[in-house]
Amino acid sequence: MAEAGRRRGPTGKPRYSILALARNALSYHENWQAAWRSPEPKPSYDAIVVGGGGHGLATAYYLASVHGIRNVAVLEKGWIGGGNTGRNTTIIRSNYLWDESAAIYEHALKLWEGLSQELNFNLMFSQRGVITLAHSEHELKEMRRRVEAIRLNGIDTEVLSTADVKKLVPIINTDQGIRHPVMGGFIQRRGGTARHDAVAWGYARAADDLGVDIIQNCEVTGFLKDGNGAIEGVETSRGIIRSKKIGCVAAGHSAVLADLAGFKLPIQARPLQALVSEPIKPVIDTVVMSNAVHMYISQSDKGELVLGAGTDSYNSYAQRGSLNIVEHQLAAACELYPIVSRLRVLRTWGGIVDTCPDASPIVSTTPVDGLYFNCGWGTGGFKATPGSGHVFADLMAHNRPNPIAAPFTLQRFKGGYLIDEHGAAGVAH
Amino acid sequence: MMLIPCPWCGPRDDSEFAYGNQAHIARPNDPLATSDQQWAEYLYFRDNPKGPFAERWMHAAGCRRWFHVVRDTYSHVILQVYKVGEWPDPALGVGPASKES
Repeated sequence: MAEAGRRRGPTGKPRYSILALARNALSYHENWQAAWRSPEPKPSYDAIVVGGGGHGLATAYYLASVHGIRNVAVLEKGWIGGGNTGRNTTIIRSNYLWDESAAIYEHALKLWEGLSQELNFNLMFSQRGVITLAHSEHELKEMRRRVEAIRLNGIDTEVLSTADVKKLVPIINTDQGIRHPVMGGFIQRRGGTARHDAVAWGYARAADDLGVDIIQNCEVTGFLKDGNGAIEGVETSRGIIRSKKIGCVAAGHSAVLADLAGFKLPIQARPLQALVSEPIKPVIDTVVMSNAVHMYISQSDKGELVLGAGTDSYNSYAQRGSLNIVEHQLAAACELYPIVSRLRVLRTWGGIVDTCPDASPIVSTTPVDGLYFNCGWGTGGFKATPGSGHVFADLMAHNRPNPIAAPFTLQRFKGGYLIDEHGAAGVAH
Repeated sequence: MMLIPCPWCGPRDDSEFAYGNQAHIARPNDPLATSDQQWAEYLYFRDNPKGPFAERWMHAAGCRRWFHVVRDTYSHVILQVYKVGEWPDPALGVGPASKES
C-alpha cells in the first residue's frame, strides 16, 4: 500500500486515519499491518523494561521518543496489558492533596490530553468529569479544605452541593434518610476515563515503531550482577538478556522481582476487585466515586456499568478477592443508584495491586546500580500511566532524580518524608 | 474467599476476620542503638512472598483473639494455624528471623 503519512520510525508503520480506515474497508479489513512485531530477544540491549503493562510500555516509548534510547526491550511474562492495565476501572484524575502527588498526577493528566494524537491511536480519552461524594458533614468540610488545596496547585476542582450532584447524576438517590446520604461532593471536570487496553496497544505500537522490541511470554527469573554488584542483565524464561540499565515496572509482582534482586520493598500485594453489569442504555455520563463506601461507578461506551470496589485486607497474588468485598460494593451501589438493583452482573475480576504504606508510588533508584523500580501505584496507577512512564524514562536515561519523581524515592521511608495520600486523595484505597 | 480455621472457634468465612499482616515482627530492643534504616525496616518493610507466608489474623466477629496462619499467598491454601506464642513448622520455610514476637 502506498501510505501518504508514514511515521518516521524504523518499521515505518502507516498512520491510522479516516482515509486508512476507508481504504482498508475496501479490502474487508484483511490487510491491516500488525500493530507491533513479535521479535526474538536479542542477546543485549541498551535498556530493558521488565513489565509490559501501560507503565512499562510508556517507559519504553519515552526512552525511545524523548531520550533517543531505541535499543530497548520490554519483557512481559504474559501478554501486554494483561495485568492491571486491563483490569482497572479506567478512571483518570489529578485531584490529589499533597503537592508532590499533584505534580506527578497533573503531569500525567496533561500528557493524557494530547496522547491520542501523539500516539496516533484512539485511546477513547473522555474528560467526562470525576465526582467524589461526601456522605457526612465532616467529610464535606474536609472536602472543602481539600478543594482549596488542590486549586492552589492549579488543578481544576469545584465543590458541589447535593442539588449539583443530582443534576449531573440523575440516577443518584439523594434521599437524606439513607445509610450514606449524599451531602455534596467535588468534581474535577478535566478528569474522566480512557480505554485501558488501547493505552497499552497505543504505547506498544508507537514504541515498536521507534525500534523497541516487545517480547511477550518472557518471564524474568533472576538478575545478573557484575563483580561490583551492578546490574548486568536478566535471566528469563527465554534465556539470558544483558543490559546495564534495567527498569522494573511490575505492579503486583514488584516485591517478587525485588526479592530476586536481593532487596526488600515496602510493598504489599493485595487483591483489588471490580465488576461490570450487563450493558444498558446510557444512564450516567460522568464518573462518581465515594470514599466512605468504597464504590465507584461509570458507564463504558458499550453500556456496561463499571463498578470498582476496595481492596481485600490480606496479601495475595491470586488475582481474585473475597466475595464480601463485592457484597459491600453492591450494597452501596443499590442504595445510591436504586435502578441498578435489577441489573445482572456480567463479570467480576481481581487484580493484584502493589500497595505502599503511604499510598504513594515508588519511582526510584535501588540498592543495585543500574536497576530502577517504578511501583507502589497501588489502587490508582492507571491514571498516572503517561506521567509515570515519562518521569521513569527520564530517571533511567539520566540516572539522576527527575524533579517530579524525586519525592517518590525509596529513601523516603528511611528519612520519614512520606507522602501520605491515605484518604487524602478522595478515593477508596 | 477463604475458610479460616480459628484455633478456638473452628472454620469460619474470612469476612469474620481482621488481618494483621506479617507475623513475628520484633520491635528493636534498644531504640537508641537502632539506626534510621533499621527503624524504617521495622515500620514499613514487610516480606511479601508469592507462596507460604506466616501472618496474623484476628477473629473479629467471633472470639476476637489473635492467632497465626501460614497461608500460600498464591493458592490461598492454609498450611498451618497456630496460637500466639507458638512457632511455624520449620518445614514450611517461613520461620521468623527472631524468636521474639
